[in-house]
Amino acid sequence: MPPQTYSRDSQPRWLFPFVATVILVLSVLPLARLAATGISSALKGEAGRLLADPALWEATLNTLTTSLLGMIAAVTLGGSFAVLLTLFDVRGRGALGFLFMLPMMIPPQVTALSWIGLTGPSSTLLKAIGMAPPLGSPQPLYSIGGIALLFGVQHAPLVYLAMRAGLLALPKEGVEAARLSGASSWRVLLDIVLPLAVPGLVAGAAIAFVSGVGNFGIPAILGIPASIYTLPTLIYSKFASFGPTTFSDISIISALITLLAVAGLSVEARVLRGRDFRTIGHSGQAALFTLGRFRWIAELLLWGLTCVILVLPFLALLASSLAPAYGVPLTPETATLHAYEEVLFRQSVTRTAFANSISLAFASALGLLLISVLLGYYIVQTRSRLAGFIAALAEIPYALPGIVLAVAFILLFAAPLPVVGISIYGTVWIILIAYLSSFLAVSLKPVVSAYRQLDPSLEEAARLAGAGFSRRMRDVMVPLIAPAAGSSVILVFLIACNELTVSALLWSAGTQTLGVAIYNLDDSGSFDLAAALSVLVVAMVVVLMLALELMARRLPVGALPWRR
Amino acid sequence: MAPLILNSLEKRFASAAPAVRDLSLTVQQGRFLALLGPSGCGKTTVLRMIAGFEQPTDGSILLGERLLADAATMLPPERRNMAMVFQSYALWPHMTVAENVGYPLTVRGVGKDRARQKVREALSAVRLEAYADRRPAALSGGQRQRVALARCLVTEPDVVLLDEPLANLDRHLRQEMEETFREFHSRSGATMIYVTHDQSEAMALATDVAVMSEGRLLQVAPPEVIYARPEGRIVGGLVGQGSILSVRMPAEEAVRHLDWPRLRDALLHCNVAAPRSDVLVRPQDVILDGSGIAAAVMSSFFEGERYALRLQLADGQPLRAFSRQAVREGETVRVVLQSGWRL
Repeated sequence: MPPQTYSRDSQPRWLFPFVATVILVLSVLPLARLAATGISSALKGEAGRLLADPALWEATLNTLTTSLLGMIAAVTLGGSFAVLLTLFDVRGRGALGFLFMLPMMIPPQVTALSWIGLTGPSSTLLKAIGMAPPLGSPQPLYSIGGIALLFGVQHAPLVYLAMRAGLLALPKEGVEAARLSGASSWRVLLDIVLPLAVPGLVAGAAIAFVSGVGNFGIPAILGIPASIYTLPTLIYSKFASFGPTTFSDISIISALITLLAVAGLSVEARVLRGRDFRTIGHSGQAALFTLGRFRWIAELLLWGLTCVILVLPFLALLASSLAPAYGVPLTPETATLHAYEEVLFRQSVTRTAFANSISLAFASALGLLLISVLLGYYIVQTRSRLAGFIAALAEIPYALPGIVLAVAFILLFAAPLPVVGISIYGTVWIILIAYLSSFLAVSLKPVVSAYRQLDPSLEEAARLAGAGFSRRMRDVMVPLIAPAAGSSVILVFLIACNELTVSALLWSAGTQTLGVAIYNLDDSGSFDLAAALSVLVVAMVVVLMLALELMARRLPVGALPWRR
Repeated sequence: MAPLILNSLEKRFASAAPAVRDLSLTVQQGRFLALLGPSGCGKTTVLRMIAGFEQPTDGSILLGERLLADAATMLPPERRNMAMVFQSYALWPHMTVAENVGYPLTVRGVGKDRARQKVREALSAVRLEAYADRRPAALSGGQRQRVALARCLVTEPDVVLLDEPLANLDRHLRQEMEETFREFHSRSGATMIYVTHDQSEAMALATDVAVMSEGRLLQVAPPEVIYARPEGRIVGGLVGQGSILSVRMPAEEAVRHLDWPRLRDALLHCNVAAPRSDVLVRPQDVILDGSGIAAAVMSSFFEGERYALRLQLADGQPLRAFSRQAVREGETVRVVLQSGWRL
């Protein structure tokens, strides 16, 4: 082997130790700790008692049923949007696409709350228009079907994105060539275009399934009141009733979730192997089929669906947040901002949650900015296999369901830190570290693709000009990747601000986040306050997504998750 | 003054054959060396080793007494006081022309007024004063090239490296830029290393031409010498136009410059016992003359001032020639080979 000294010569000596420490703390240690606890409790025979518990198998069955049904709903919804919006001359495609993507970025517990506000006897919206079912009738969403439906709504954008890539692969010229060779529009569609979308469809379905397996917010709000547990909510309830066997129980349930997720992802990997259509689709205009007189039907369908899955639930949420005292019907005269006043200025719990979430989101976004800029540089600059390995390790925590990651960090930090003897368990720091770990991949991806697009001679020219590492980083590299790094910051802020799953297990008194606050308010019956908080969260999501949308032209392709 | 010394340089990448092997070369201060060779011959690797972007796996690079790199140690590029014009120009798109040119000064902590003055001088040397506040994106290819050159000019570097700087320009601009490079060289007095695969560029610009092939250095000499007395088949084929004839000739004759009688003897009276040698014949030395040997005209093109002919000798060897008069394909002509060079 020739010496590899040249490969790292542009990097300062401290860069590799920094990268290794980051990967160790954020990925290797928590995962290793989780695996170790799982294996040791399995060896000690504690697994047997848990595996004999019918509740575990009921939860597994529930998880599988809801995820599979949710997957079917997501594929139906996402697939029809992808085909109609990508291939046909429907008007307002941009607006429809953006609206359809919104559920992906809205926190699941907010989705669940808004749908509860839409249906059932206590719906303020239904009561306002006099259509509410009689008091005492059951809330239809507190069921397996309800959970699956909302999984479908929440994860449909994932299917949409995965399919769109395949549908866009055939440029306009390809379709025109097929038409010239004598094929009719419908033949081209059936024979050429739709087959291209099949891998995307399967991949999207797998992602939707995996996301359902790991989802906590929806089954927590819809399932727990009806005693329907899925694996993530089972972990939560085991954790809430803390006992001597909790750690071994939750590590084994985490292993089960991971197994289901890996099974789903390996289906995806198998289908996508060697079928990367994205690379052949050059930037030419995509094919567009005319719907003729069916166009208005398609448009009606699309806007109708958008109304049902997005506009109506949001209106219900808004109505709930404006609801006057219990029993008074909502009219323009009785509407009150009392709930907003309460969550913003009076309740110390929600004010703490705001402060916590916003400072956590800031700290994660800025911390990950620093980490991504350095780690991304290392990954792109290093010509050895180690860089690929490190890039893969950085991806794992994001691919894991949040609840599993939270368990891993609990196990890792339950005991005081060695040497210093301080325990960060129960403080805001454990949440911050878990966030850094969980969102590392989100932040890293745009930065790495920006580095890859840079001409390497730009840095070499700076080196010959005499600029050392920190100097050329500051003057040349960082300004050039700034748009991508900026989108990383906003993206992480957006996700971290609304996060529930990780913080649901890691919070304690005084460190609750917005996600936890919304969940707890709903749990304790203050539905109007939970709704008001949710409306604020949705507004923030929309504003931040629009900001990113405005930046999109200057970002590397693939930087924004909803614009793949 | 400090010469640049490459001492049995070798570079192996992870795979197979070394990209550069056993390359020794000394470039005196102020010379303009062209590294000439076909693509993939290792010339860019040599340049990148001199710049400090690659570390040699064996041998060493010195600037005078100072060791720049060997297999164990390596002075990073930022401390070599060199400058480089990249094939892609490598201008920083977020800085103005003046900021691009002035950046090496900023990094070195040169005072603002002095830096501004030096930038103005450098820009006026490449006739771009008027563009100081533009961004590189607003410039044409040739203007970007000149900005890159001005960036080299500004710090008085010991060595200026140029990596196929004209490859992305059209023919008209190339001539203009060649002029600029010559001016730049005489003004700066810096040692210049110029990588190219275009032999006419190398000939027109350099004070010395180094010909490389498959990672080895074949010959280093001033352009006139390389042209008149190339060493070996590869150099002979690479430099200038010409045909290489294989003739049988007594080996003990040390003469390398061959005149017509010798060439005629060798071609006509084939001495089977004598070993074969390669002889380079330039087309301008092939004269159409009734007293010469017969050759068939394979093709004939009008090039403007003359016809370029491809001939075939009786034994099937190809030969190139020029002619003032029109000659038709398929004709047989008689040619005299005024001079040849034994490779």
